[in-house]
Amino acid sequence: MADRVAIVAVAQTKYEEARPDRRVFELAFEVAERVLEQTGLNNDDLDIRVTCSQDHLDGMGISDVPVSEVLGAQYGAEEKIASDGAMAARYAFIQILSGHYDVVLVVAQCKESKVDQNLVANLAFDPIYHRYLGLDFLSAAAMQANRYMHQHGITPEQCARVVVKSLKNAKNNPYAQRAMDISVEDILRSPVLAYPIRQLDAKPVSDGACAMILVREDRAKRLTDKPVWIKGVGSCYDAFYLGDRELADCDSLAAAAKRAYQMAGITEPLKEIDVAEISAEYSYQELLWSEGLGFCDPGEGGRLIERGVTGMDGELPLNPSGGLLSGCPTHVAGLSRIAEAVLQLRGEAGARQVPGAKTALAHGFVGPCGQLQCVMILGK
Amino acid sequence: MEEKMVFDEPYVAHYQYSVGAVGTKFFTELRDNKKILGMRCPACHLVYFPPRATCHRCLAKLDEWVELSDEGTLITYTVVHYSEPVQPQEPPFAYGLIRLDGADTCICHFLGEVDPESINIGMRVKAVFREKGEGNMLDIRYFKPL
Ligand SMILES: [Zn+2]
Repeated sequence: MADRVAIVAVAQTKYEEARPDRRVFELAFEVAERVLEQTGLNNDDLDIRVTCSQDHLDGMGISDVPVSEVLGAQYGAEEKIASDGAMAARYAFIQILSGHYDVVLVVAQCKESKVDQNLVANLAFDPIYHRYLGLDFLSAAAMQANRYMHQHGITPEQCARVVVKSLKNAKNNPYAQRAMDISVEDILRSPVLAYPIRQLDAKPVSDGACAMILVREDRAKRLTDKPVWIKGVGSCYDAFYLGDRELADCDSLAAAAKRAYQMAGITEPLKEIDVAEISAEYSYQELLWSEGLGFCDPGEGGRLIERGVTGMDGELPLNPSGGLLSGCPTHVAGLSRIAEAVLQLRGEAGARQVPGAKTALAHGFVGPCGQLQCVMILGK
Repeated sequence: MEEKMVFDEPYVAHYQYSVGAVGTKFFTELRDNKKILGMRCPACHLVYFPPRATCHRCLAKLDEWVELSDEGTLITYTVVHYSEPVQPQEPPFAYGLIRLDGADTCICHFLGEVDPESINIGMRVKAVFREKGEGNMLDIRYFKPL
């Protein structure tokens, strides 16, 4: 069994509101070509391509086939993860640890501009008991936000601060779709989508792709002088029916984090992690997920951001890239978080660099209210 | 301006979802007798809504039906201000998660006969049934404040 797995190259498109100039598999090709160039690897060097997308969102069945084709899969191996991109990277990590593969290309690509995201999300609910009511991820998230804010006295202002921080950080990220100086008042004045979530509390519709190459330890040195090592991974699933879950807690994220921390030997996440890139589609999620990740005690997410702990100059800068609120499509989200963490650890994050970052956390989730969570710890 | 061609196509298939033996009993009681049924797990004793054949916590087979109250407590809610073709109501409307008396898990449904401003978590609500049941979740029209 291989001892360690390295990420040796990452690439992202700029995230944009719509990319009418590219079909979705052309976005995948764009980023795959760049990671091959960075490493000098050829298509023949890839043991397998792992792609990440979802059929309903792509509007076709077995939607990985045209993607894998332009990733050179004909007469070769490919697999698809219909989950978050972080789960695709986790899967590639396990493939290499198993000893079956040495070099794995991971690509996530998505064009949210293609279709009404709420209608696609509606299809993820039980057709008989929930879908029939017209639920989608936004209305479900709004119920989670309300429950969380009510249970712990989290204020709309505290949630709005997440947006202010994210969009300010995004000004330093050349891949960001939305970046600006904005005030808490601006956010609280934006129209309500589903109480208590307002338009500016939500991530924008986005198109884009992200790719990376994962290799076994003994291959890493020849491909890059700055390998980034996967130190720990954990994932955890929560119940299917919303009514079975305690939405104000995020037990599945806490469990995923615990597994990742154990594997990486982390006991005090706030102290030991230098930078974190997490997936928050709505502002409240950054606060709730911060609690699940153990950056603060349950119910303390609001005070965490107020105290500036997660700002660029804080103890643990959270989402220097601007995160999903600055634009990044679903499925690509978690892989993009890993790519940003890799750039931080390589010292290649430009104006958004956290100086001297040695240990990073990346997080992704999929499903309503963070139903399936994945946490990855990366190090130099 | 450079032309950007787009193909506009609906992605439509008509599905026949079997509700299964458990769902059939649940929807028959709801339709014919305006009763809301749940199921109790013989191992962990939790009472589930929606009723189901398997307890997801201990994986026990469930077969004990429990009649739940048509009254319960609002655990959380949202007021939706956007419109989608799959929503059976026009916005603004409210969804709630309601823990029915006698159940351990929540039912998700609409809230009605209530000013959105006066909804609050913890309030007591009661089911309002459709006069003539059709055997689906909208046989409960909504939950109204008690
Ligand atoms: Zn049980």
